[in-house]
Amino acid sequence: MVNIIWLALLVSGIAVAGINGRIEVVTKAAMDSAQAGVNIAIEIIGIMALWLGIMRVAQESGMINFLARIVCPITRFLFPQVPQDHPAMGAIIMNISANILGLGNAATPFGLKAMQELQELNDSPDEASAAMCTFLAINTSCITLIPATIIGIRVASGSANPTEIVGPTIFATATGTIVAVTADKILRSRYKRKYGKD
Amino acid sequence: MLLSIVSEVSRWAIPFLLLVIPVAGFFRGVKVYESFVEGAEEGFETAVRIIPFLVGMLVAIGVFRASGAMAYFVKFINPIMMLIGAPGEVLPLAVMRPLSGGGALGIATELIGAHGPDSFIGRLASTMQGSTDTTFYVLTVYFGSVGIRRYRYAVTLGLIADITGLLASVFIINLLFGG
Repeated sequence: MVNIIWLALLVSGIAVAGINGRIEVVTKAAMDSAQAGVNIAIEIIGIMALWLGIMRVAQESGMINFLARIVCPITRFLFPQVPQDHPAMGAIIMNISANILGLGNAATPFGLKAMQELQELNDSPDEASAAMCTFLAINTSCITLIPATIIGIRVASGSANPTEIVGPTIFATATGTIVAVTADKILRSRYKRKYGKD
Repeated sequence: MLLSIVSEVSRWAIPFLLLVIPVAGFFRGVKVYESFVEGAEEGFETAVRIIPFLVGMLVAIGVFRASGAMAYFVKFINPIMMLIGAPGEVLPLAVMRPLSGGGALGIATELIGAHGPDSFIGRLASTMQGSTDTTFYVLTVYFGSVGIRRYRYAVTLGLIADITGLLASVFIINLLFGG
């Protein structure tokens, strides 16, 4: 599906620019975006190194295991295939915690780490496992308690009550998470019926 | 009151983690600095590995946006948005959100600036920005970093999550602040 979406974005963009006689914007957008992709990756190196370093300390001191034991009932329900003491669990928990606190920059390194660990458990390495799909569902819908960036923008643009959107955001993200987890369970069992594997 | 609590929590969250984790590690007998460096080593490798996926996705989205194709797409689905009680102005944000975090933040900032943070559109744009995620970015980067090429049902799932977040935002803002 992602192949089709990627192709459709490119083809429709080039077609529209061509019809409107502005084909040169395609060249510029393509070059600029390619450069932007590399810039993002370079910028992320420092943050990645920092959080993966901190996470290693947390792991070796047993803090992550401690945290994992507390939320065990939830994670066992969500990730039945992943052993509860597997390192993937720690990274998943750290990623979700960072998302809940609105620390987007800290969430990505943990998310990438979680994917690497989940890949170790994956039987067919070029296809996403069920646990990976669940993780992505939670990650993209994640309950957010402090949408920090948007509060900052509201403060900057002179809002009388910058945090009034915190309640609505918690409601909307909680609804999103419940629906995503339900949809994941349904899609997972449908997939299992169709292909006979988890 | 709530604002000060929220902003204090945001201000302290990262310093708190940077303090508590190393200190706790030290007292549990971890060689904290050596252990930190070992973990940090993986950061570089991971960041470099995601470059091809970032470039691929950003180029397609950049072309789609700059060509004006996105504007047509927005016009095309505008009637659907009106149907669910969302003003057409927030549609570009809804479309951009799964594609690009920076792009969506730009649109949200522009909407909040143009209509005012305490307007209906300003509140809706704020909630939408905080409630949905850059699904395509997360998908390509996370899966790409470990070499996954077949996404199973993850795209469908991510879009379900995003659309739900969007609809829930429209619903709750209409309920609380609707005229």
